[in-house]
Amino acid sequence: MVERRRFGNLIPHLILWVGIAVVAFPVYLAFVASTQDNAAIANGQMSLLPGNLFLETYTKTLFVGTSGSTREPVGTMLFNSFVMAMAIAVGKIAISILSAYAIVYFRFRFRMAVFWLIFVTLMLPVEVRIYPTYKIAADLNLLDSYAGLTLPLIASATATLLFRQFFMTVPDELLEASRIDGAGPVRFFKDTLLPLSRTNIAALFVILFIYGWNQYLWPLLITTRDDMQTIQIGIRKMITTSDALTEWPVVMATAVLAMLPPVAVVVVMQKLFVRGLVETEK
Amino acid sequence: MADVTLRDVRKTYAGGVEAIKGVSLKVADGAFCVLVGPSGCGKSTLLRMIAGLETVTSGEVDIGGRVVNAVEPAARDIAMVFQNYALYPHMSVYNNMAYGLRNRGLARAEIEARVREAAQILEIEALLARKPKQLSGGQRQRVAMGRAIVRHPKVFLFDEPLSNLDAKLRIAMRVEIRKLQRRLKTTAVYVTHDQLEAMTLADLLVVMNGGMVEQIGAPLEVYQKPATTFVAAFIGAPPMNLMPAAHAAPNGWAAGLPPGAVVGVRPEDLMLGQDPPAGGLRLPLTVEAVEHIGAESFVYGKAAAGDDVIVRVAADATPALGTTVAATASRDKLHLFGADGRRLTDG
Repeated sequence: MVERRRFGNLIPHLILWVGIAVVAFPVYLAFVASTQDNAAIANGQMSLLPGNLFLETYTKTLFVGTSGSTREPVGTMLFNSFVMAMAIAVGKIAISILSAYAIVYFRFRFRMAVFWLIFVTLMLPVEVRIYPTYKIAADLNLLDSYAGLTLPLIASATATLLFRQFFMTVPDELLEASRIDGAGPVRFFKDTLLPLSRTNIAALFVILFIYGWNQYLWPLLITTRDDMQTIQIGIRKMITTSDALTEWPVVMATAVLAMLPPVAVVVVMQKLFVRGLVETEK
Repeated sequence: MADVTLRDVRKTYAGGVEAIKGVSLKVADGAFCVLVGPSGCGKSTLLRMIAGLETVTSGEVDIGGRVVNAVEPAARDIAMVFQNYALYPHMSVYNNMAYGLRNRGLARAEIEARVREAAQILEIEALLARKPKQLSGGQRQRVAMGRAIVRHPKVFLFDEPLSNLDAKLRIAMRVEIRKLQRRLKTTAVYVTHDQLEAMTLADLLVVMNGGMVEQIGAPLEVYQKPATTFVAAFIGAPPMNLMPAAHAAPNGWAAGLPPGAVVGVRPEDLMLGQDPPAGGLRLPLTVEAVEHIGAESFVYGKAAAGDDVIVRVAADATPALGTTVAATASRDKLHLFGADGRRLTDG
């Protein structure tokens, strides 16, 4: 539909700009604060333009850490978060795609019971099962380890459901043609289903990566050592020092750094799944 | 190249529904067998049982002398062309055709040779690098056939492959399929609900209804001597006129027929404006509609007893609407069926 408006697209653009400003302003402030002197921020005299302490603050943040309660350089914490989020995203996708495949394409006893069991776990938030999960993880010596950070969070009912719904839209004839072409279950999965699921996998990867990245409660419980902690915990810890002055530039720099990987993931994946969305045809 | 034999094949689904009620047939090596029938008659199920995509409840499916009931589809040496083509959307045309051969471990050179040969036969060489979504319906159908050809199978199986094409393309592809099968001399089993496709393609025509075979025979034989009223009405367009013999009796030829007998006569065997031949049929009709096809016309009339009758006439000899005409047919053009629908043997 071609519309002709009196001021062209001026007003919609203005509204969009205002929206962007409102949403982006705090992020901008955080960036500005990370380049200023701590004293200026504490006094409330922070200017609205970036300062000149960019390199200094960021080097200190990444490689030195604060002198407060967390003596860990943010670089380590970023790494931990990254490993955790990656492992969770990849693990969740791998497990759910296989479960969905089994549920949709194989007939076995208790198939529907298994499916409903998986579905029911959707109603159990992490917080409800936190105590038993912690006990099991502790008993298995998973404290303070990457396995402990990722394994208890690695099963996903949402992803299984999503893949199941997607697999049900794949025409049966494709499976039959595959069978006649001599493709067994594994080959069908690898050669046909996986390529067709690319869009779903990309979209899910973004969601699950950010989910893993943002985890706070579970890493807090399972890690005690400073060098195993994730960046979400790190940020929080930097602020609650009661016996020392909060080093705001470092905190702000950490916050900005903590935002970068998820943004990068979204930007990279977006191309993939928008293209996939546009190309849907079987 | 092999023959296909079905021996009293039955299929019952889990809920107790009997889809195939004892079908036996033999397709000679190199013959083109068409399974035709209305929706739900079980023809696709039968085809899928030959392919191995459905299990057989009882009876034997035999391909080339080997009973294949327990054999996986990939090992039966068959190739299938689906109604919706079932091409792999993420693979190029070349890979679509090569996939099955790669799974069998053929050498790269051999695969390339076979794919190029099939592409040449089907005239799709220019399309080898494209993906299915970049092809038209007819082109996709040809790729699907190419995928079947490269396998050099013993039997081709076609599951209503032309149903998704437009009318003109359907006619063109029909001829292509026939020529192809003749050239490759491979046994083919073809399922369709279109009786015209069935008549034009088949060496052996199998008419099915409700899970059972109504008649098996060469197309012309089925057309000229239908075994039941179902076959009589199904094969031929416009369909044969069927009415109770009592309604058409006045000339006395119906003497000696069992009660409830049904008489059938094809539109092209009825004539208007002629004297009834001795012992033949005479039906006064009121003309209700006329259809001009171009080469001929069809007159739709109503007989005295209320039966609808269709008569084929030459394009320039159509009567006016509302007039009364007499349709006549000679005795040997009449098909007589008993009350149970089966052909009466002296008919």
